[in-house]
Amino acid sequence: MQDPFVRIEGVSKLFGAFQAVRDVNLTVGKGEIFALLGGSGCGKTTLLRMLAGFEEPSAGRIFLDGQDMTGVPPWERPVHMMFQSYALFPHMSVEKNVAYGLKHERMTKAEREERVRAMLDLVQLTQFAHRKPHQISGGQRQRVALARALARQPKLLLLDEPLAALDKKLREQTQFELMSIQERTGVTFIVVTHDQEEAMTLADRIAVMDKGQVRQSGTPTDIYEYPNSRFVAGFIGSITSFDGRVTAVEGEVSRVDVPGLGTEIVARSVAGAASGQAVTVALRPEKVTLTRDRLEGPNAIAGEIKDIAYFGKDSLYRVTLPSGQLIAVHGVNAKRAEAGRPDWHDKVWLSFDPAAAILLTE
Amino acid sequence: MRRRPIFLISVLCFGFAFFYIPILSMIVYSFNGSRLATVWGGFSTKWYVSLFSNRQVGAALLLSLKIALISATMATILGTMAGIALARFRRFKGRLFFSGMVTAPLIMPDVITGISSLMLFILMAEWIGWPATRGFTTITLAHITFSMVYVTTIVQSRLISAERDIEEAAMDLGSKPWQVLWDITLPVIFPAILSGWLLAFTISLDEVVITSFTTGPGNTTLPLLIWSKVKLGVTPDINALATIIVLVVGIGVVIAGWLMNRAEKQRDRDARLAYRANE
Repeated sequence: MQDPFVRIEGVSKLFGAFQAVRDVNLTVGKGEIFALLGGSGCGKTTLLRMLAGFEEPSAGRIFLDGQDMTGVPPWERPVHMMFQSYALFPHMSVEKNVAYGLKHERMTKAEREERVRAMLDLVQLTQFAHRKPHQISGGQRQRVALARALARQPKLLLLDEPLAALDKKLREQTQFELMSIQERTGVTFIVVTHDQEEAMTLADRIAVMDKGQVRQSGTPTDIYEYPNSRFVAGFIGSITSFDGRVTAVEGEVSRVDVPGLGTEIVARSVAGAASGQAVTVALRPEKVTLTRDRLEGPNAIAGEIKDIAYFGKDSLYRVTLPSGQLIAVHGVNAKRAEAGRPDWHDKVWLSFDPAAAILLTE
Repeated sequence: MRRRPIFLISVLCFGFAFFYIPILSMIVYSFNGSRLATVWGGFSTKWYVSLFSNRQVGAALLLSLKIALISATMATILGTMAGIALARFRRFKGRLFFSGMVTAPLIMPDVITGISSLMLFILMAEWIGWPATRGFTTITLAHITFSMVYVTTIVQSRLISAERDIEEAAMDLGSKPWQVLWDITLPVIFPAILSGWLLAFTISLDEVVITSFTTGPGNTTLPLLIWSKVKLGVTPDINALATIIVLVVGIGVVIAGWLMNRAEKQRDRDARLAYRANE
């Protein structure tokens, strides 16, 4: 990535004594969909509002396309926002809502009408142009908000929980619509969301935030497969974690002693994990293989099935380990039931590749 | 099980009777043929005829309407500005003090407001020579002062419940704050401003105490006229005048209610349609 399109440099925000955002450094490339992911109160919305210009950073600076945004009021920023509540103007028709930002553009009436038409076309709302916001459905309102924010062709579009107010079915459909609109317009998107699945599907890159800080940023794969902390590993997807101590580092792999497990775990080495150090080994349910007989390989733990949640195409097993700890294991039901799948209270073996075990020092 | 409805109905009847018997008796007596308010002298409309030929009443009505129109309009402009300032400005120094000051006149006795207005007008006339005489100008100023508070309160509470988002959205789309105020805030809170104006108008129209302090010779508003006439005994033409006022106000309330009800029903229908279209 050459010169970053959006650069957030050491940005902090204080509300009185409360630090909403602390020392955030991020870059977003042109044309990227970037997601700020985190629970409520993690500072993601505050960061978004600073990008829009509604809040001024207490410290640090934000650059957009090489230009310092400090002190630039919201109405002068080439940044538009799609609000979580959509914030449509209730006294204006759909068409007027979309046209509102254009009155500040130097363009003829015909050009303006053409742009509004193109925008309504883009979100497939042409037939509702003359309706008022309260006369259309929630999904349609969301699209009006999107069209309105895109009408002035912003350099950067901010989306605050764009899908949160929609029901599940509509959400999936809208997700793909958003992505295709982003592709067609080429506008850089920054999306705030608390929904990890939404972030994973929508975004090219994700920043996971907690307590005002960015805990990790990277592609969805990076964050899922190589989380850098217990927080990130637990926030994205589900994990079972084992606390232990590194006994030996042997190049590619490290040996970890986990008390009570009855065996050591061999995991892929990470930088910063030296012999004798306390670490956490995190395992994703789908990376563990569950068998009746012990498989050949470095990691094999004995256990007993406590619970089975059968979903049809797959099942989730909860297995009790010798230490008493429960581990979640995901199994795909590739064969029919009569093939003899593990059952309640069966003694089983769990095995996994050293590369699948995530070693966390933080 | 049957007792409760009876109890409720009797309470309701009693309440209504309490409110409306005085008004009804006034309306009935406005058609009294006798000069004496307490003696029934047969049905007659002569008091209405004498009322309409009475120039004094006409002049007083006109003055009252003029004062109510101007003071309500001015109070709405000033009150809306104060309401917006109180609801939208971020914490500024002395905000609590300021909002307390704005609402204090709501509970201030009219006599105090009246006397203090009078004192101010006398002092101003002495120092800067304006207002030279008391009358239309001073009454209007006094009315603006106290009715502004009502507008401020209504506008402020409407703005607090309004979504801040839509103002931010307009700002985000390139509008400077004053444009946002004009394009978005004012149209959205217009119903509140209108009801503030109506309230200011009605309060001004029937104000007696403050008006009597701030009026001068020859400037009699309708409430003052009624008041001074009643001091000499209730005459049937006052009953007739009051009946007309009740009628006009009643019709106004019914029309406003009907319009609001219709708008609400339309809204409901629209929402239902939109919901069904979404299915």
